[in-house]
Amino acid sequence: MDLSAINPVLLIASLMVAATPLLLAAIGELVVEKAGVLNLGVEGMMIIGAICGFAIAVETTNPYLGLLAAMAGGAVLSLLFAFLTQVALANQVASGLALTLFGLGLSALMGQSYVGIKPPAMAKLDIPFLTDLPIIGPILFGHDPVLYVGLALTAATWALLKYSRLGLILRAVGENHEAAHALGYHVVRTRVLAILFGGACAGLGGAYISLIRVPQWTEGMTAGIGWIALALVVFASWKPWRVLLGAYLFGGINVLQLNLQAAGVAIPVEYLAMSPYLITILVLVIMSADKSRAPASLGRIFHASQ
Amino acid sequence: MTAPLLSIQGLTKAYPGVIANDDVSFDIAEGQVHALLGENGAGKSTLVKMIYGLVKPDSGQMTWRGAEFAPAEPRAARAAGVAMVFQHFSLFDALNVAENVALGMENPPAMRDLAARIKDVSENYGLPLDPFRTVGDLSAGERQRVEIIRCLLQDPKLLIMDEPTSVLTPQEVEILFQTLRKLKSEGTSILYISHKLEEIRNLCDHATILRLGKNVGECVPAETSARQMAELMVGDTLQTPTRTAKSGGEIMLKVQSLTAKSANPFGTSLKDISFTVRSGEILGLGGVAGNGQDELLAALSGELLTSPNTVIIRGKATGHLGPNQRRGIGTLAAPEERLGHAAAPNMSLVENALLTGSIRQGLTKKGFVNWKDTTQFAEDIIKAFDVRTPGSDRAARSLSGGNLQKFVIGREVLQDPDVLIVNQPTWGVDAAAAAAIRQALLDLAANGAAVVVISQDLDELMEISDNFGALNEGRLSNICPAAGLTIDEIGLMMGGAHGLDAPTQEVRA
Repeated sequence: MDLSAINPVLLIASLMVAATPLLLAAIGELVVEKAGVLNLGVEGMMIIGAICGFAIAVETTNPYLGLLAAMAGGAVLSLLFAFLTQVALANQVASGLALTLFGLGLSALMGQSYVGIKPPAMAKLDIPFLTDLPIIGPILFGHDPVLYVGLALTAATWALLKYSRLGLILRAVGENHEAAHALGYHVVRTRVLAILFGGACAGLGGAYISLIRVPQWTEGMTAGIGWIALALVVFASWKPWRVLLGAYLFGGINVLQLNLQAAGVAIPVEYLAMSPYLITILVLVIMSADKSRAPASLGRIFHASQ
Repeated sequence: MTAPLLSIQGLTKAYPGVIANDDVSFDIAEGQVHALLGENGAGKSTLVKMIYGLVKPDSGQMTWRGAEFAPAEPRAARAAGVAMVFQHFSLFDALNVAENVALGMENPPAMRDLAARIKDVSENYGLPLDPFRTVGDLSAGERQRVEIIRCLLQDPKLLIMDEPTSVLTPQEVEILFQTLRKLKSEGTSILYISHKLEEIRNLCDHATILRLGKNVGECVPAETSARQMAELMVGDTLQTPTRTAKSGGEIMLKVQSLTAKSANPFGTSLKDISFTVRSGEILGLGGVAGNGQDELLAALSGELLTSPNTVIIRGKATGHLGPNQRRGIGTLAAPEERLGHAAAPNMSLVENALLTGSIRQGLTKKGFVNWKDTTQFAEDIIKAFDVRTPGSDRAARSLSGGNLQKFVIGREVLQDPDVLIVNQPTWGVDAAAAAAIRQALLDLAANGAAVVVISQDLDELMEISDNFGALNEGRLSNICPAAGLTIDEIGLMMGGAHGLDAPTQEVRA
């Protein structure tokens, strides 16, 4: 066992990378749930984003086009969910599960000819002087742009929900859709837009895995991150900063346990592998013991009858 | 006289299978308080929804100060100067007062300015309110203030109020009326929907009466008796329940020092409640909604378990027994919420009859259901309580609210309970059916049962109860004989003035 092989600076830098796909997907889902929709298809939208982004990046050799394609792919898939639940009034749980299964299958089909290829690399941020600073340089100024997008998105979502008119309407729709309708707000339109946003975020999160974190394409490579994102939203009490905290906690413990495995710690690998899930959930459960609660209309079907 | 503010001509709206409004016409003058009277299902709500732009009329037209008025959506109606206070509050529990107000405005100012304006207006109209409190924590009266202030900030020409007083204490009603009179003096017209006739006589200049979607008459309320208006509403002569019950029998239900925490985060916990109900007695419990009514019913029915000695039924400690065990010893309950609590919406009436009736009626044997007897029991309820339904195999949700209420109450009454607890037994039920339900409760008491009626309809409680108490923030006031209580005394009891035991002549012991 050689714990000294673990470099804390690299550990922090890599936990931020590990947490970003989870953060992106969870922020998207948070907005969707704030609008009163439970979309269990996050995993499916992520994997579709992963393959769309990967394929377009490889074909165009431009990773940024890949990211855009990933967002579009996730959004298009979520549009299917929006149609089923908001227009056809289908059950949200069943539709979301179907979306995940469909996404996993479709991505495997789309990705057949991309197995084993390397995608074009994305340039990392490199600010002369700042990036070369010891310790804070690699942690704060040495990442890919998407990681910063994730952080900015968290702040933007928080501010939008808390301070803007749009955020207020979104929360109102999620809280009491009948009252929002009675006041003349467009419940279905608001929800469809929220679902599209959630799909784009999940798609971006998926592409982050296939283009930046791993980077290669394998079937089912999102490996349950979408499900963790769903759980994270709930345990974070629908609060963006707690989602960030939870994502970093999860990413951090994940990276740490991998390092511990590599260092040969005398704990069975299975226990180490389950620790990120256990500790993240435990911490968030303790934190969510205040009186914040789910949006009151979450998962309920809205129909403007009478 | 100048042109009316709003003139309605021949408005008609049909839904599949029912004509909600049939050729309705009337005028609202500037600065007039106009009452819209009618039973449930008379089409009042549909009519105001058309004025507010939520529903489009099939035919007919409206004119606003002489110009054609056809709002396509509430936004357009609000822009014209129509504001509406909804019957079921259109508020968002998790948001604060200022946010709720902002949602009802077209171009709300920044939150800080808005909060200042809310404070201004609320104090100006005698409706104090803190803009930053979460609406979920407010009382029903305060929540209504939020709605009213939301309307007032838009400087409306016409204020629509849909059953505004059903959740208020008498004192709160007085405050509301003062506000409305002030508005009227400032030239605002008010369309006031209610079925409480005394209020309308007190407040309104003119009344239009709807029955089954048609305008069946107009009157000047101050010059018309409540009974005449009621008969116009119902289209029939009214029967007042007759009472023959006498109290003074053995103690059937005794509650002592009942304290229980609400299962609902926005609910009210019960605090140190004690009372007794004797055989043949009806105890009426008033109080504004959300002051522990649901919790008290749950504690008495067995949904909410407490320590054994807090609820004693015929001398037996039962606080720890669940609903079915209490049914076994003759204690039945009918909760307020019809769909989802008193009845399972998607199950048939027969299945719903089984759910509470299986124990006392012996409808199951060794775990198997006796469908023949169960169907018979359901048919008996339908017959005895005049439940209008095509058959007992219909789903509970297909019945109208009033009919389902008759079924739910009838199901418990027909099981011949020793103790019956009902919450809001005539909520949303028309006058004739309400009278029938009250008569059934009186008859039950006359046959020796102890009945607890929890209700927000004070007239109802005064009509049928022997003793009266009021719930306030989970506490129970002193119990007084109902006969001879004045509205002021009741208001004090509902407001929680426990120390001022003005009317108390001690409970009949």
